[in-house]
Amino acid sequence: MNIKILGAFAAVALLAACANNTGASNGSGATAATSGPAPGSEEDLVANVGDRVFYAFNKSTLSGEARSTLDRQAAWLAKYPQVNVLVAGNCDDRGTEEYNLALGKRRANAARDYLVAKGVAASRIQTISYGKDKPTAMGDNEQAWAQNRNAITSVR
Amino acid sequence: MTDPFQAFAARASRRAVLGGGAASALALGMGREAIAATPAAPAPAAPGGGGQSAVIDVNRARAAPIPIAIPDFVGGDADAAQLGRNIASVITADLGNCGLFRPIDKQAFIQAAGQGIDPSAVPNFQNWKVIGAQALVTGKAESVGGGQVRVEFRLWDVLPQTQIQGTAYTTTTANWRRIAHIIADVIYERLLGEKGYFDTRIVYVAGTGPRDRRVRRLAIMDQDSANNRFLTDGTWTVLTPRFNPTRPQIAFMSYANQNPRVYLFDLGSGRQSVLGDFRGMTFAPRFAPDGNSVIMAVSDGGGSDIVTVDLASRAMRRLTNSGAIDVSPCYSPDGTQIVFNSDRGGDQQLYIMPAGGGAAKRISFGVGGSRYATPVWSPRGDLIAFTKLGGDTGNFSIGVMNPDGSGERILSEGWTVEGPTFCPNGRVIMFYRETPATSASGAGYSARLVTIDITGFNERVVVTPTDATDPAWSPLGA
Repeated sequence: MNIKILGAFAAVALLAACANNTGASNGSGATAATSGPAPGSEEDLVANVGDRVFYAFNKSTLSGEARSTLDRQAAWLAKYPQVNVLVAGNCDDRGTEEYNLALGKRRANAARDYLVAKGVAASRIQTISYGKDKPTAMGDNEQAWAQNRNAITSVR
Repeated sequence: MTDPFQAFAARASRRAVLGGGAASALALGMGREAIAATPAAPAPAAPGGGGQSAVIDVNRARAAPIPIAIPDFVGGDADAAQLGRNIASVITADLGNCGLFRPIDKQAFIQAAGQGIDPSAVPNFQNWKVIGAQALVTGKAESVGGGQVRVEFRLWDVLPQTQIQGTAYTTTTANWRRIAHIIADVIYERLLGEKGYFDTRIVYVAGTGPRDRRVRRLAIMDQDSANNRFLTDGTWTVLTPRFNPTRPQIAFMSYANQNPRVYLFDLGSGRQSVLGDFRGMTFAPRFAPDGNSVIMAVSDGGGSDIVTVDLASRAMRRLTNSGAIDVSPCYSPDGTQIVFNSDRGGDQQLYIMPAGGGAAKRISFGVGGSRYATPVWSPRGDLIAFTKLGGDTGNFSIGVMNPDGSGERILSEGWTVEGPTFCPNGRVIMFYRETPATSASGAGYSARLVTIDITGFNERVVVTPTDATDPAWSPLGA
């Protein structure tokens, strides 16, 4: 997971450099990957910004790392004002279903509220909670549970 | 009266003195096919032996289930004879599985089991006494034309040599399993003094496919797993179905159109409709005891609040507004109180408040950081069942406590056990048990429905065609 996030950082740095050099808004500079994701797309968000933040067990408070990711999402959303997003809150399976629906909603709301505080119009952000019913990682161990306690931003 | 067992036994004893053999007409509804019940013709006078009756209290039954002989019901022709065998076998399974009866192996019968015992004749009680039967069930199935079948049965008290019950039922042949369950309920009630729960159904969530793309469908089946059918097609995730106690209707949560809200499913028409166009996510529904409103959680602000929605006006009324997560509300059977789950005190615990809202009192106080969830009030009013999380092992457990929080008893434990639901007489709890994935692909994960007696005995897996979670037990006769 750490590796993945570092990778996202590197990609962002590349993109920024590229944009600076060319001044182009299409982001298809020669220094990017040969067939990079379309700017402002879901794939762009995942590859170059980071689409998700992670939470501690039974918590919905944003870590420093989570705030950094959301800062990048806010900047990206400022860059692509036509893009609307869905923020989905998820939980590990070490809680009960109904409570986790509320907890997932709280996680999604925490991410949304941060984005709004960073200037993203609230009308551009929808939230949903899947509780513990839509895990990213299908295993059952600390590592899998940590991955599943998240809020995932996607383009809608 | 704090021991639920004693409470049950007290009621059972009270009921047991009634005795007698009159059949009562049964009111059977909930959008299902009609079954007519009439008293069977009087049997020839039984001799009356003066021995100890099979009618006993449940407290004794726990130590020694009632030995009962259930020979095949006789039939007028080959089809009716097959039906008679099938009915006897469903009755045998119901009574045996509940743990309070011990159906005697047919191999032990002195009279040939295959021939059945005509219920219009007084049995040779000695033949049943010597194999240890305290109760004997005899019956007959016959076609009465027009696709209808008439099933007559008699329940005999072997030692005093008396008839306890004689009733005949008429319904369509296809509805035969239901007659068997109704007969099993009558036997249960006459011998234990408490209404049975065999003529009931279970609505649950059937799960298939990989865990990250799980397909979840509403499913319904008889309590003995027969007649399973799917109510939704899996296009949208569905969760937490619950029966209306007075109408053929289910409340559940659906992600239809990516908008998670509470829906109603009409079992008569098969139609589903959203409960109301409310702001935010609505979830965790349960019906009020009168069936006229739904209590649920709504997340339209910081946490989630408890609200009720009147089914006639669809008006929403907010009962909590704590800013915390208030979820999983459930009424007491008399409708005066609500037990619910809240993290208002810092972590998930159980609280009780008046039905109109107002001051809530915490009733769960887990030691060692235990959390409590999914409270559900027993239909008898004397217990609240719950899911307990955490503790030393990190396992979940299913338990019961008194409504004031005292007398906690853990009934079952596991990696994940969750979501208790009571059978209509409060004697058995069903919940679901999951096993953890043992690999990153999710292999090893399973979800099964399980029943357990509220004494903590007789845990049994309920057969389902797929993984199953979120069970809810129907009212009797529904």
